[in-house]
Amino acid sequence: MKPIRIITPLLMSMLILFLAACSAAPAQPAAAPQQASSTETAAKQPQSAPADNEIVLATTTSTQDSGLLDVLIPAFEAKSGIKVKVVAVGTGQAIKLGEDGNADVLLVHSRSAEDAFVSKGFGVNAYDVMYNQFLIVGPAGDPAGVTSAKTAADAFARIAEKQALFISRGDDSGTDKKEKSIWKEAGINPDGTWYLSSGQGMGATLQMADEKQAYTLTDEATFLSRKLNLQVLMQGDKSLLNPYGIIQVKATAKPDAAMQLIQFFVGDDGQKLIGQFGKDTYGKSLFVPAAKKR
Amino acid sequence: MLFPPDVWEIIWLSLKVTTTAIAIGMLIGIPFGAFLGLYSFPGKRLIVVLVYTCMGLPPVLVGVIVYLLLSRYGPLGSLSLLFTPQAMVIAQVALVTPILAGLTMSAVQEKERAYRETAKSLGASPIQLIATIVREARTGIWSGAAAAYGRAISEVGAVMLVGGNIEHHTRVMTTAIILETRMGNFPAALQLGLVLLAVSFLFNSFLMVGALNQWKAKRR
Repeated sequence: MKPIRIITPLLMSMLILFLAACSAAPAQPAAAPQQASSTETAAKQPQSAPADNEIVLATTTSTQDSGLLDVLIPAFEAKSGIKVKVVAVGTGQAIKLGEDGNADVLLVHSRSAEDAFVSKGFGVNAYDVMYNQFLIVGPAGDPAGVTSAKTAADAFARIAEKQALFISRGDDSGTDKKEKSIWKEAGINPDGTWYLSSGQGMGATLQMADEKQAYTLTDEATFLSRKLNLQVLMQGDKSLLNPYGIIQVKATAKPDAAMQLIQFFVGDDGQKLIGQFGKDTYGKSLFVPAAKKR
Repeated sequence: MLFPPDVWEIIWLSLKVTTTAIAIGMLIGIPFGAFLGLYSFPGKRLIVVLVYTCMGLPPVLVGVIVYLLLSRYGPLGSLSLLFTPQAMVIAQVALVTPILAGLTMSAVQEKERAYRETAKSLGASPIQLIATIVREARTGIWSGAAAAYGRAISEVGAVMLVGGNIEHHTRVMTTAIILETRMGNFPAALQLGLVLLAVSFLFNSFLMVGALNQWKAKRR
């Protein structure tokens, strides 16, 4: 009996450990297989007939969440016969996907990161595609007096001075990088209990700002697509412009298909669709077309 | 220092939230499970099926429900608990209690026949009866607790929704892994994943071996 008594708990703990391991493991690799499969498809299908071509577009959540890609991608697929698989992630991860060769085209919005991507030799054929604007939103009461600020940096300075609750994306996304650059412009290093870093996407961060009656910086498209009690407190400042760029990944196995997608986005058809997008629903277009070769 | 202080903070919060949730879950789940295992009453089958169903509750679903309850615009909004560690504990309690109740129930049912009559003939009250049989069924209950612990600490859907992954406040290991992955820091995500595994290993070894030995010693 005795050895069994000692062994049972040991076996039990092994079993439980195994269970814990099984349940713990999926948390991490979730993103990896997705990439693995995209490299696989990239490797398995060297340019065959254009009809069964597939390319991966890594983009930011804002283009997907706003519904813009639901309009543009089907139009492109119908025209070219090339299938586009969209991976919508933060700008940081999108650029990483490009660096690792797991995407063929990037559609992102962080000019400095895009320039670094191209200058490090990871990307070619970079174009400006469109822009929209960032908004500073917050509770209707506006305790920090953001509405009377002249610039975005001034608005941030007022929020910091009043220690009004501010929610940052904190996820290295394009919006997060823009927010950090505004703090820098204001000469403030945001820190303290009033400054929360959500580490989540724009939608979740807006939801949190609404719940907590806090300020946040948001892109216009995501904000308009949500029904929240937050108010737009500042818009139109020069430093709140949000330009999107499209870049071909240099290491792509399908440069022709990738280039066709880029040409579509910056060409007349794509630009027209971008300019019309959202007019019906929101009364104004969410993105302003502004194609230009860099 | 093996990790930067931020990482220790994240690990500590993970342990704190899950341990609290398991403790509360045990207080509710074990008596409830024992009761279900020992007594029959009309509608018991339905309740048993419900408990078993809830053992597999999708964490995100629990997250959404707790979110809606605690939301500023929800029924418990006045408590302002959303995006706090307390909210994460509530969600995890909802996840682990059915597991604890279900596994306690089956563990108790196994021991029931052997001990019930004896305890009764010795004049045990219902509460004493439950206490005796729970003590006898402790191995099964304890492994249930460890399984529940593993599920709660590795869960991400609910704590992300109701905790919000706020830095220095509600960021735990699983949500930090998601964030690192989204930011393209795959090595950091993997490292945290390994820490999560190591913590599960240490905690479970300690929990299982330590507690069982102690109890065994007491019985002799």
